[in-house]
Amino acid sequence: MKHLSQSQLVLHYYGEDAGAGIDAAAHVAGCPLCLESYRAIERVLGVMQALEVPEQAENYEAALWSGIEPRLRPPAPAWLPVWGWRLAAGAVCAALLAIALFTGRVAPNHPPAESAPVADSQAGDRVLRLAVGDYLDRSQMVLLELANTDSARTRQIPWPVTRDRASDLVSESRLYRQTAEHTGDLAVAHVLDDLDRVLLDIAHGPDQLSPRDLDRLQQRLDAQGILFKIRVLSSDMQKQAL
Amino acid sequence: MEPSDRALVTRARSGDPDAFRALVERHSRVVFRLAYRMTGNRQDAEDVVQEAFLRAYRQLGRFDERAGFGTWLYRISTNCALDTIRARRRRSENQAAAQPDGPDSLAQVPAHDPSPERSAWSAQLRGAVEDAMNELSPTERAAFVLRHFEGMRMEEVGRALQCRPGAAKHSVFRAVQKLRRALEPLVAPVRS
Repeated sequence: MKHLSQSQLVLHYYGEDAGAGIDAAAHVAGCPLCLESYRAIERVLGVMQALEVPEQAENYEAALWSGIEPRLRPPAPAWLPVWGWRLAAGAVCAALLAIALFTGRVAPNHPPAESAPVADSQAGDRVLRLAVGDYLDRSQMVLLELANTDSARTRQIPWPVTRDRASDLVSESRLYRQTAEHTGDLAVAHVLDDLDRVLLDIAHGPDQLSPRDLDRLQQRLDAQGILFKIRVLSSDMQKQAL
Repeated sequence: MEPSDRALVTRARSGDPDAFRALVERHSRVVFRLAYRMTGNRQDAEDVVQEAFLRAYRQLGRFDERAGFGTWLYRISTNCALDTIRARRRRSENQAAAQPDGPDSLAQVPAHDPSPERSAWSAQLRGAVEDAMNELSPTERAAFVLRHFEGMRMEEVGRALQCRPGAAKHSVFRAVQKLRRALEPLVAPVRS
């Protein structure tokens, strides 16, 4: 007698064996070996219910909405002063990063005091993560503005300024990406690479942003899930920098 | 009578935030359950839920009203969860490569919600189930969660994961195979 394969038994368990040309139920009932195998599958899949889902609080929906709602609106137009401050902060972080890299990573040939390399390296890591986190936040602001603006309101976007910001971010990103590649932080390097390509497209975008251009950009952002990746990575960076 | 999803989507498309809020309130717990089972972690699951609704909002214009909003949202949520699992796995691999002798990454350890009345056995079982789930690849985990917990048929799993039904089946089979290997010793009947 030909026994049922594991795949056939799994399909039978889920009631999806109809149309397979085999009466799995009859076979299992009459075949001790397949019955034993089927029972084993039942036992294992039966205990999967142990994977409990925690109950959410009663006000879960309201809390969730309070996180979503502000992000459904286009960002407030008064971003310029904040942006200026953030650019300055980014420049300081980049400078600190460069120092940290040279002291903690790139110049390991100097034999300082015994515990110093660990401390230097940790400080370098922290600065790197802070700087990358800040960079990601600033990139996110540019992309959010584009993602959240209705294509019928394309004129609300200060497009020449947006392009300049994207261009600045591109020049900055290379340092972080190369550092991430150098330190083997490939997950970071991949996200930065994806982000870099999007920013490059924005920086080299048309002189005037048409609704169609914006729609295409938004589709690209959605398709790549780039904003989500940035948020996950940025949150990681902040946690790791603490 | 409560308005249908379709009516709410139409209103949300025309810029009514209350309509979108109603959709969030109606579907968020189901999406959270899916996200939690896929990520195995409360914080990640909450991020996935938020991101899924934001993506849905941004893509409302492209939503085909002939499809159910819930099914469409499921697909978006599945993709968000897959992105999260993949990103976490890459981070874990990088960290493991950088610190071969270091402690396990927290990201690899799912959140355990303390529950005083839980017996030692069920705690052990739950831990084993979570560990076994964490051994699945992101696609295997997603396919298994959709088939086993969400009760989707293989074809629907394929649609949700944007792959052919054969590939979805294969992912479910591989997942069950791995789960059996990991959990059978724990649940095998004692033979005298």
